[in-house]
This record gives sequence, C-alpha cells and structure tokens, in this order.
Amino acid sequence: MEESVMKLLAAGATIAIGGIAPAIGIGMIGSKAMEAIGRNPEAAGKISSQVIILVAFAEAIAIYALVVALIIKFI
Amino acid sequence: MEISLAAEKILTAPITNSLLTGLVGSAVIIILFRALARNITPRPGSKQNVAEVIVDYFLNLTESITQNHQKTLEFLPLVMTFFIFILLNNWLGLLPGVGSIGFNELKEGKEVFVPLFRSTNADLNTTLALAIFSVGSIQYYGIKHLRLGYFKKFFDFSGVIPCFVGFLELISEFAKVISFSFRLFGNVFAGEVLLAVITSLVPLIAPVPFYALELFVGLIQALVFTMLSLVFMQVATQHH
Repeated sequence: MEESVMKLLAAGATIAIGGIAPAIGIGMIGSKAMEAIGRNPEAAGKISSQVIILVAFAEAIAIYALVVALIIKFI
Repeated sequence: MEISLAAEKILTAPITNSLLTGLVGSAVIIILFRALARNITPRPGSKQNVAEVIVDYFLNLTESITQNHQKTLEFLPLVMTFFIFILLNNWLGLLPGVGSIGFNELKEGKEVFVPLFRSTNADLNTTLALAIFSVGSIQYYGIKHLRLGYFKKFFDFSGVIPCFVGFLELISEFAKVISFSFRLFGNVFAGEVLLAVITSLVPLIAPVPFYALELFVGLIQALVFTMLSLVFMQVATQHH
C-alpha cells in the first residue's frame, strides 16, 4: 500500500478506536449522574457542575487520540 | 484547505502568529485589570461588582478544595491567573479575523496562506509552558509546605512495594505535564479544525452553533486546568 493511503487509514483508525473508550466513559458518567439527580433532585446544581468537569476529563482521552490522528494526517 | 499543526512563523524566526496573539491577549488582560484595580471603592459600581463576583466565586471554589483559608489565599492568585489567561485567550481565538487575516507566502515553490493571528492555545509551545509552570508551582508549594518530607513520596526505600510506588509517583509528575499540555492544546486546536471544516462546508449560519460550542469548551477547559492545578497543589501540600 502507498504511504499516503496508509496514513489516511491510520488517522481514521486512530480516532475511531480512540473514541470508543471515552464514549463509554461519558455514557457511564452521565447515567450515574442522572441516577444521582433522580435520588436527590436538590443536589442537581452541584452534581451537574461536577459532571461537566468529569466529562471533560473523559473527553480529554478522545482529544489525545484526535491529536495523534491530526499529527498522522498533517505531518 | 490548509491546516498547519505548528504555529506559522511571521517576520523573523522566533515570532509566530500564536505568540503575537498571546502578547495581544496579555496586553488586553493587563490593561483591563489595571483599569479595574485602579479605583476600588467600598460601594462597588457595576464593573467592580462583576469582578468581585468572579473573585468571590473562585475564593469559594478554592476554599471548598483546600479547606484552609491560609492556603486559599496562597493558591488563589496563581490559579485565577491561569483561569483568566486561558479563558481570555481561548475566546480571543474565536474572534473574527483570527485565522482569516493574513498574507500569502512562498514556501517550497507554493503560495501558502499564513494567518497573522492564531489562537495562542492552539500552539503546543504555549500550553507546554503553562503546564510546566503549573507542575513547577505544584512542586514549589509541596516543598514549601512539607520541606524535605515532600520527597518521601517519591523516594521511599522501606520496602520493595513503597519503592516501586514512589517510582510511579515520580513518573506521574512528568505525565502531568504531558496531560495538562495535550488536553488544552488538543481541545483548542480540534476546535479550530472543526470550525475551519464546518465553515468550508457550509459558510452560512451552520457554524453558529459550533461557535457556541467552542465558547463553552473554552470555558470548560480553562476551568479544568484551574481545578486540576488546584487539586494537585492541595494533594502535594498534604501530610500523609
């Protein structure tokens, strides 16, 4: 296979595979947060601000994959 | 469509377009906050009120993490500076003209568009500098509060397992630099790429929700950087 084709495939695979785990993680954070809010609706404000930060952490893993994919694509 | 991972050079070698934006951002911050700090009155006007609300929010946030007023006053100026610098630079990068005003330059026989401004945090050098500064200050506060006891976390030769754990702790300090810098760089740069792609696909109206998303992401990333620095500082200054 040519190098350019290989590069495109690798970039696509990187972000596709790298996106799986953070997606599952964000889903789990969200589901647990909803459960917690359901049990204690008064704490919704506190919980949701924590959730946004936790989701940002999980998202960061996907961003690492994206950075690697972009490096493969553009360098 | 041309997307450059590294910041482009303008003028002479060490001056890149992201550095220029960073300097503009710093100037904006300095002028804005000097003007705010000049006439502080016991009965605040509207501008001072906004500033006080922000400072008060961060005071409470820091207090809730450190549980110690002395430490809060010690950490607050640094982490709030991180927050304001990152937030303002993230939002400056979204202004029209950043990334679109520039000039053409001959590079390897081809005409390449070089933008005059580029979001500061879309350059790994800036975020790496921020990360090194943050992790450096974590070590500084650790040593200041625990003296030599701080190094006991890393070098514990009381057994095989503590020794290994200390080694892992040492590695995790270096991993912090990488994770700090890549998280911020990745988010901001990915946002730039996303906006460029959407704008080239549908130039009208369609990019608006993505701009809203980027405003939100800029705020969240500034907050995440601040919170993480704060939590690591708190952990580093605690006795075990």
